[in-house]
Amino acid sequence: MTPMSPAHKSYLKKLSRERILIRLTQLFIFILFLAFWELSVRLNWIDGFIFSSPSRVWNTFFSMAKDGSIFYHICITLSETIGSFLLVVTIGTIAAILLWLSERLSKIVEPYLIILNSLPKSALAPLLIVWLGTGTKTIIVTGISIAIFGTVLNLFTGFQETSSDKQKLIYTLHGTKKDVLFKVLLPSTIPLQISIMKVNIGLCLVGVVIGEFLAARQGLGYLIIYGSQVFKLDWVIMSIIILCIIAMILYSIVNKIEKYYQTIK
Amino acid sequence: MQPLLQVTHVNYSYHSTSGETLALSDLNFQVQKGEFVAIVGPSGCGKTTLLSLISGLLLPESGSILLYGQNGKEASDHIGYMLQKDHLFEWRTIFSNLKLGLEIKKQETSENLDRIDQMLIKYGLSKFRNSRPSQLSGGMRQRATLIRTLALNPDLLLLDEPFSALDYQTRLSVGNDIYSIIKSEGKTAILVTHDLSEAISMADRIIVLSARPGKIVREVSISFEMDERTPLAARSAPEFKTYFNLLWKELNSHDPYVSRS
Repeated sequence: MTPMSPAHKSYLKKLSRERILIRLTQLFIFILFLAFWELSVRLNWIDGFIFSSPSRVWNTFFSMAKDGSIFYHICITLSETIGSFLLVVTIGTIAAILLWLSERLSKIVEPYLIILNSLPKSALAPLLIVWLGTGTKTIIVTGISIAIFGTVLNLFTGFQETSSDKQKLIYTLHGTKKDVLFKVLLPSTIPLQISIMKVNIGLCLVGVVIGEFLAARQGLGYLIIYGSQVFKLDWVIMSIIILCIIAMILYSIVNKIEKYYQTIK
Repeated sequence: MQPLLQVTHVNYSYHSTSGETLALSDLNFQVQKGEFVAIVGPSGCGKTTLLSLISGLLLPESGSILLYGQNGKEASDHIGYMLQKDHLFEWRTIFSNLKLGLEIKKQETSENLDRIDQMLIKYGLSKFRNSRPSQLSGGMRQRATLIRTLALNPDLLLLDEPFSALDYQTRLSVGNDIYSIIKSEGKTAILVTHDLSEAISMADRIIVLSARPGKIVREVSISFEMDERTPLAARSAPEFKTYFNLLWKELNSHDPYVSRS
């Protein structure tokens, strides 16, 4: 490697300084927010009973961590989210493939898919409770219902946009539709599949929490609804914060998968 | 002797809601084993359609296309089709791109895979066996594409303007390479192009098509008085210009657009 010129060195230094500055400011805003929140409760500017406070959230978390109950709720919500996510990916991919296989089928169901996709899916949740009862099944189905239609539509569009010449190549090598699917469509749409996953993991979490609002005896969604009903707002706010953290972790896992894919590519 | 390919009274039209377009009209020609035939004609005269028909991707509306006297699937298995663009898949290495055809036909025997490796060495690509397609130059990509087509060991090669995406200089040298590869593998080839010089420099025989609907207006046999013919040498041969003028006139007399420009 050629040695770096002083100009290039100072350019790189400037870049890394900028990065550090942004991180520090982000952290500072977060700490400032916590401090301000805590202080306003301590000074009785706002009512800690309604608005809770960082220390109350922490104490609640600590006591629930001691008897293990919070981890139970987190595990329930997390497993339901991952379950519905995996089902969305599987069912969505299979459905998109079926639509691609039959042009006639895709033309027939297209308007229905578009209507179902633009429908606010939380409106379906009460119906699902009546049909499927309260419990894990209903919650997972709620999670699926939120993400599935968009997944099918996006993936199917991606299949259609795959260059028809690439598909022709398979036929010139005497391949069949099956070869087009496995050698061209699925591998060439991997970046799209990952970006759909990124959206889906968040949507599934939303769906699961909506489901838990209505039909659960456990999970973070249940904790939020129950907490608000008995005026234990520490529970509510703690659960919301935990949901934030879960969303962030799930998203960054998919992000890692994407980065990994890009490096092997 | 039975010709390798026999095209008899072939017609083909495209249908759309706005109407019917006759693309090819009453085509008749034969290709003998080992021949290199070029098909030239103005753009839109149905050259690519003709290749799709020969390869079996499209079926003629009337007439017959026979390979060794057969048609249908058995016939199309003997055909290798090289498209205009290389379409090497970026998510595969060069070697795994080249064995795509073998993979599809489930013929990944060590003998067949060895043949790919030998061709890689012979045609100067062995260094790039495990590279990604984006690491290859345009000319190397075309050579790789030809190896991909040859991997299935076809008897008849269809080349659809394989050099049109290359710059002029690369085009000449890749044309030379591809020609010598085809000759050294002893293949029969049909080259479709709108470039007259390219056709003259490579072909043993040139079939001239008219503008839409494509009809055969003339067949010209090409021969050069030289010991070892290569496309590059042919370009500077004295006969070259004669052939060029002949074909140029032929194309212009049937195509109002070319003569105007």
